[in-house]
Amino acid sequence: MARQSLDLSGIRKGFGQTQVLKDINLSVREGEFLSLVGMSGCGKSTLLRIIAGLEAPDEGELRIGGRDVTNSDPSDRNLAMVFQSYALYPHMTVRQNIATPLRMRKLGFAARLPLLGRVVASRHTLAEIDAAVAQAAGTLQITHLLDRKPAQLSGGQRQRVALARALVRQPAAFLMDEPLSNLDAKLRAHMRDELVGLHRRLGATFVYVTHDQVEAMTMSDRIALMIEGRIEQLGTPDELYHNPATLAVARFIGSPTINLLPAEAGASGAVSVKGMTTGLVAAPGPATLGIRAEDVRVSAGGLPARILREEKHGPDRFLTCELAEGETIVLRQKASDPTGADADGWLSLGFAEERAHLFGSNGLRRDFRVVEKAAA
Amino acid sequence: MRRFIPHIVLALGAGVMLLPFYWMVLTSIRAPAEIFDISLWPIPKEFTGVENYTQAATTVPMARFMLNGVIVCAGILIVQVLTAVPAAYALAKLRFPGRRLLMIAVIAALCVPMQALALPLFVGLAKAGLLNTYFAQMAPFFLSVFAIFLFHQSFRSYPDEIIEAARMDGFSEMEICWGLVLRGSLPSLAAFAVFSVVAHWNDLYWPMIVVNDTALAPPPLGMLFFSDVETGANYGALMAGAAMITAPMVVCFLLARRSFIAGITMTGVK
Repeated sequence: MARQSLDLSGIRKGFGQTQVLKDINLSVREGEFLSLVGMSGCGKSTLLRIIAGLEAPDEGELRIGGRDVTNSDPSDRNLAMVFQSYALYPHMTVRQNIATPLRMRKLGFAARLPLLGRVVASRHTLAEIDAAVAQAAGTLQITHLLDRKPAQLSGGQRQRVALARALVRQPAAFLMDEPLSNLDAKLRAHMRDELVGLHRRLGATFVYVTHDQVEAMTMSDRIALMIEGRIEQLGTPDELYHNPATLAVARFIGSPTINLLPAEAGASGAVSVKGMTTGLVAAPGPATLGIRAEDVRVSAGGLPARILREEKHGPDRFLTCELAEGETIVLRQKASDPTGADADGWLSLGFAEERAHLFGSNGLRRDFRVVEKAAA
Repeated sequence: MRRFIPHIVLALGAGVMLLPFYWMVLTSIRAPAEIFDISLWPIPKEFTGVENYTQAATTVPMARFMLNGVIVCAGILIVQVLTAVPAAYALAKLRFPGRRLLMIAVIAALCVPMQALALPLFVGLAKAGLLNTYFAQMAPFFLSVFAIFLFHQSFRSYPDEIIEAARMDGFSEMEICWGLVLRGSLPSLAAFAVFSVVAHWNDLYWPMIVVNDTALAPPPLGMLFFSDVETGANYGALMAGAAMITAPMVVCFLLARRSFIAGITMTGVK
């Protein structure tokens, strides 16, 4: 039940003059945890709302489990959504909140009325709903809160109620719109684990919207990184981290932000960075070299740099250094190792060449090969 | 001392506002000889309250007037709420072309006084043969732009995400409007109910235009008949009648006071 694929093709959406979504094609596999990640205003929330049926696309088609639902009402899509503000019904108890999706689906209008409902509704259906609510509450460990009102709950508890309300209906897929952003840092990390655990247990399809690349990296099977209404890259967290398709992806993914240096491939194809010849060979032309903090090394004969500050992260430390022309570069070292700087705080920096990324002036990834420096 | 000054000023203001009511109640228990006495002493030399109230209650069908008032006020209030709540929900929470224009029309309509419409309404009701009916007393007030405006202000602050969650759960727009959004604005409903009921319970202008049958008269019009019957001689009895028709409104306001104040301050209508 909770494992259905979502297929979006050619989705476009504009508000007034602004094109928010420009030709989105995306297939979410059955049982997959897919994150839509991007900066605010990139269209990720709009895309989720189109999947939910809360917005209609201007063009394009949406299929859930193969069925075309482009023009269906939100309630006919059998999707569950967890909102950023949790959107619990304020006048209902937790129990009623969780039961609502089932009551709406299983009981007729008369059976939902406050007093008449008790007479009209079938006892069997009511018992079924009670059992489902109890099970959902058990899964999220909120059984002791069932008779409270949302206003009496903490943020984390409300979050759980919202999740229970989502999973009680056994939806085709779960849609989550930044569900953790209202929690404090510690609880957020904890709920992240719980969500991953829930996904594994239910085997359900999850579409998760976030602006936080750490959330996306740690939780997802695949990530769709959106920039200005387009999907810039779709892939596993590892693919996005180790093989960013564009400069924008490289910049967005990873903490600290990837180091970017101007580079130039000469006529022979040998790439030089700020005057230092590297072992990289690529098509001639100007380029940008991207290198992650953990791939920067202290090595003789490299670029001279001066340490600006040191940030301690337990086992590791990040050194922010300044190059001759003012660019900064961050490198990551084991905290137990010496920094390798001289008395004045100067270092010589090289990098793991096979792990570098090269981007052309159009922002696209450029292929290169690594040769021995002597041969270049 | 300084912290008492605001209280003293407010108490003086309250005294000025309450004096006519006090005078009304005082007169209603005084004997005719004492009526023009300017003393404010609460205990009359001769207590004739029983006589005055009995006279007010028996000379004219006071119970009938009260019942008429209840019917007219309830009829107006029910239709006003039934029409204004969905309209306000649509204006506050739905997106459709012309919404701004409609909202402007609502605000513009707030500026039209009842008196300007009295003549065409009277002619219309007369042509339709509906004068001297409850319907004629109620019809002009069925659509209240003030109610639309008040509810709109209050509904606007209802969280959109809850409405969206309800749509995904399968609530119809009407269920969202009545079951969720109005439920979150009960103080506004109470405030509006007080406004509406007080205004129409006390209304003399419109009933006087469309009703001349004593059996259909609401309390103020009934009082007018009463003073005609008595040729204005017995002020004690007249004030007893006035006190009787004012009392339900005072009780009504006291009951809804907390919600009324919450409703007014919440919506920013003052």
